[in-house]
Amino acid sequence: MNANEMTPIAEGLFVIADGLPCLLGSHCASCGTIAFPMQATCQKCTSTDVGARPLARRGTLWSWTVQFFPPKSPPYAAARADQFEPYGVGYVELPGEVRVEARLTEADPDLLRIGMPMELALIPAPGDEPGLVTYAFRPVIEPAEDVDERE
Amino acid sequence: MSVNDIRIIGIGIHKFGRHAGVSGLEMAAAAASSALKDAAVTWRDVDFAVGGSDAAGNADTLVSVLGLSGVPFINVRNGCATGGSALITADAMLRTGSANLALVVGFDKHPPGAFNPSPEDWGLGDWYGKTGMMLTTQFFAMKIQRYMGEHGISSATLAKVAAKAFHNGALNPNAWRRKPLSEAEILASAMVNPPLTQYMFCSPGEGAVALVLSRRARGRVDLSRPSVLLRSVALRSRRFGSFEVFSPSIPIESAPSPTTDAAAAAFELAGIGPEDVDVVQLQDTESGAEIMHLAETGLCQHGEQEKLIADGATAIGGRLPVNTDGGCIANGEPIGASGLRQVHEVVLQLRAAAGARQVPGRPKVGFTHVYGAPGVSACAVLSR
Repeated sequence: MNANEMTPIAEGLFVIADGLPCLLGSHCASCGTIAFPMQATCQKCTSTDVGARPLARRGTLWSWTVQFFPPKSPPYAAARADQFEPYGVGYVELPGEVRVEARLTEADPDLLRIGMPMELALIPAPGDEPGLVTYAFRPVIEPAEDVDERE
Repeated sequence: MSVNDIRIIGIGIHKFGRHAGVSGLEMAAAAASSALKDAAVTWRDVDFAVGGSDAAGNADTLVSVLGLSGVPFINVRNGCATGGSALITADAMLRTGSANLALVVGFDKHPPGAFNPSPEDWGLGDWYGKTGMMLTTQFFAMKIQRYMGEHGISSATLAKVAAKAFHNGALNPNAWRRKPLSEAEILASAMVNPPLTQYMFCSPGEGAVALVLSRRARGRVDLSRPSVLLRSVALRSRRFGSFEVFSPSIPIESAPSPTTDAAAAAFELAGIGPEDVDVVQLQDTESGAEIMHLAETGLCQHGEQEKLIADGATAIGGRLPVNTDGGCIANGEPIGASGLRQVHEVVLQLRAAAGARQVPGRPKVGFTHVYGAPGVSACAVLSR
């Protein structure tokens, strides 16, 4: 998918810069707490001196599961239960920042383990809207720095 | 016995499960009538009422069935803590002397399948639900997944908890699931959210429970039946740093769960410690929840569960019987009724009236605990 043809599922969750996605969190100027998505008030110290902050693209898998049954729609976007494919969900710890809940590109329980390195990716959002994308994390395939732009 | 003692003098339950053609309010009315009869009082004697459901209507509508007595009746709707919130409201009204005789009622009727909450109701964007993350089952799976690694809990232990629930449910005429299932059957059932299989989860269901609480001894004088005291109720919401349902992110620093906070407050208020508890009802949305809540409530140490459960300590004949009525796993979870079902069960156990599932040795102290979205817990301590 070309970055120009992608529409984020919601505004303010992530940006796409130089073909790479980046989650947008918030940073509290008062106590340093980082949250995702952006919050107007810090949940820790209640300060409103909170600004946007791009989050790390890499982290480690803190916990995970796989969704093996089709969620009810609404709120799930894909209504066709017969077309349902299981998907992974997890929390990825971005070092020193926050643990972000996200879809995982991997849905095989045998290939997921706590502590494995993960990196941010965009995937087609559930549903029929062409070009609609959401954020996800995928296992980092070694060598770690090898990012294939043709994906 | 002090004048400030709050007694539970009547209990009533409408069987849990699926009841086509019976509304949640009809189940609530049946439970309320049973509780009043059990207490040997009439609706006219009740000077305060409180109750609620999550999805089956307004509790105060019951006055049209029970009688338009003019009684102050408060509706509560507080997720999985609806029953606990009703109980704490009645407890406060009685302890302050604002009421003498209270009816507490909880009921619900949910359609089959997992809950499908609206993200907007929980302060979240549509995207959270659209992308498939608005599921409580995922939260419980990810919480126990992490916990198993940190505290050495095995999948076999998850299955043992569910097998115990179905065993106890089979002994409970008011339970929904009454067929015992083996650990092998539980492990082999459909994978729902790893590490949790279908039979490790409770299902949304239907049912109703009512309690009659009194500030002083009244109603039937039955010397063969011990008085049950409500020693304390405590309710807490989440603190910054606890891992909770429907969280698009969680901080790296951690804090005690609302369960830990509510349990500690309930024990302190009661002047009774976890070591004194003889019978326990814990939120078992799935088997992992029972395992984690055992330690979060202070009833055991983190990591101790693997051995405790293998040794049968949480079975009806064990040292610390947990979910003697089959818990949520065997009873299902009609949200509004679930917390009061736990109190109903503890009262039966303390009265030594629990029949085939009676805990041996005349239990003296009972404990109840509910937990739910978006991070709320209610605990109660009871004694005879």
